[in-house]
Amino acid sequence: MISAHLPALQVALPLIAAPLMVLVRRGGIAYGMMLAVAWISLLISLLLAQQVADHGPISYHLGSWAPPWGIEYRVDALSAFVLVLVSLAAAAVVPYSRRSVEAEVSREQHYLFYAMFALCLTGLLGITITGDAFNIFVFLEVSSLSTYVLIALGRDRRALTAAYQYLIMGTIGATFIVIGVGLLYLMTGSLNLVDIAQRLPDVAERRPVLAALAFLTVGISLKLALFPLHLWLPNAYTYAPSSISAFLAATATKVSVYVLIRFYYSVFGETLVFKELPVPLVLLALSLAAMFIASFAALYQENLKRLFAYSSVAQIGYITLGLSLDSVGGLSAAIVHLFNHALAKGALFMLLGGIMLRTGGVSLHCVCGLARRMPLTTFGIVIAGLSLIGVPGTAGFVSKWALITAALEAGLWWLVLLIVASSLLAVAYVWRFVEAAYLRAPAPEATEKIEAPWSMLVPAWVLVALSVYLGFDTRFTLGGATRAAQMLFGAGG
Amino acid sequence: MKHYLVLRVIAKLLIPFMLLFALYVQFHGDFGPGGGFQAGTIAAAAVIFYALIYGLPNARKVMPSWLVEAMIASGVLLYAGVGIAGILLGGNFLDYFVLSADPVAGQHRGIFWVEAGVAITVSGVMLKVFYMFAGRGRDEAE
Repeated sequence: MISAHLPALQVALPLIAAPLMVLVRRGGIAYGMMLAVAWISLLISLLLAQQVADHGPISYHLGSWAPPWGIEYRVDALSAFVLVLVSLAAAAVVPYSRRSVEAEVSREQHYLFYAMFALCLTGLLGITITGDAFNIFVFLEVSSLSTYVLIALGRDRRALTAAYQYLIMGTIGATFIVIGVGLLYLMTGSLNLVDIAQRLPDVAERRPVLAALAFLTVGISLKLALFPLHLWLPNAYTYAPSSISAFLAATATKVSVYVLIRFYYSVFGETLVFKELPVPLVLLALSLAAMFIASFAALYQENLKRLFAYSSVAQIGYITLGLSLDSVGGLSAAIVHLFNHALAKGALFMLLGGIMLRTGGVSLHCVCGLARRMPLTTFGIVIAGLSLIGVPGTAGFVSKWALITAALEAGLWWLVLLIVASSLLAVAYVWRFVEAAYLRAPAPEATEKIEAPWSMLVPAWVLVALSVYLGFDTRFTLGGATRAAQMLFGAGG
Repeated sequence: MKHYLVLRVIAKLLIPFMLLFALYVQFHGDFGPGGGFQAGTIAAAAVIFYALIYGLPNARKVMPSWLVEAMIASGVLLYAGVGIAGILLGGNFLDYFVLSADPVAGQHRGIFWVEAGVAITVSGVMLKVFYMFAGRGRDEAE
């Protein structure tokens, strides 16, 4: 009986946990509840993925009102994949949070921190699971508003300006999205994504539909930090509390990419977006700009969190590059890179949080000779860095390989050269960390071991180990991504 | 505001009617414009009015900060609880049809509790925003 309600519980569980945490007003109890919620969410998302793999897409009618009148939760191969990603990130970050939040957030705000975390999780899961355009906007606001608060809780006073900057940019993005949804509603009279997709071909007047597409593209691109709309991202990731940097880096932009894919393939249709309009060309140019300019920017950063934040912008470039190729191969490369990059970046930011806790900072001169003092942390960063570069044997290689194969299929050999060239830039910025941590001598007075606490190391290393494991076993990641891509092309093409 | 006798007396007369009007808007939401959001705002406005005339410390005695915070949380919880009740009674999440033997009565019952949740949370949030703005400078000085 309960298995029929999993789609609702996936979202309702963290939603109910958040006010309960506010009512109990105890940081410790709130932490315990958040841990339970995150792990049960992971379990639910895995069960949902299993159900989808066995029986096809799940449609859940909220309030028993049938779509297109009521709100429909729809789980298909793509949303199940992203749900697993989001809840996996939460399940890894929450146990990590305990020590890092104790160090970074004042005690009387702990329960509010976890309540906001639960709301952020609610929003991200809700965006992914819902099949209703306006519901996407609502959950987007739930996750965004809680994210602004979480970023502002950072210890550094610049966290406030970072959160404010993100609030302005994010609100512009959300406004554009709701204008786009409004135009779609105007032209089709429906908010259900499947229903809109069915009605769109009959709409005689094309201009409002194109305007909706433009508004949605720009709005979602702001949220997913597509170059040159990424300006909020480096500050937000740098000054947020460590566990929030890790959670956001692993999920927030990824869910936005999911929304973009959803609107392009399931609503507007591949023919309109990719064949009739120059969208792929624009995406291609912006992706390449992100891959190179953001990687160059990363090369010049002194603060490691900021360095890897710029690297995130570059990596999002790979994802949109895969999208711009407009083929099953390209789309599955984009989707698989969502997952693989999330693992590596989540692990990186978690390990950087350990360095922050022990040395009080994450600038490059803080990590001099750190390999001798925090061997496990630095080694984890190296392996996650290898996955960012795309070295064989890591998950990053799987997605790079899928991307290169898709580029070759499209006959774009010069693109392959560019992908390899930008990977070399990734080698350069990861090397800057390796050089400082392994080759430079530590300050003479600081030689004792200061390894990060186990509660922070273990979750980070689970993600590191997963990035290596998924470099060999690609059944879930590449297999799931390919199934999702084939489904989208089958449905939209 | 100690010397403004007219304001103090009028406020005392008006506040009960404001609260009554909030309840009217709340329960008339079925048939006319209204509902939980508007009712919650009006109820919060009554407390804010009280705070403007009688001072923030007095208002905080009537509606302490912990109560306001609990209102914010419990309204959402009530709303989500109606959703879970739908599941427990054999329907879907937020299914009002199963809340009563008669589906129409079930819809009434569902929307009643959901709107109550909205009103509680909205008036809590309004008061919280007011307290935070009004408390700036004062709370830090204490």
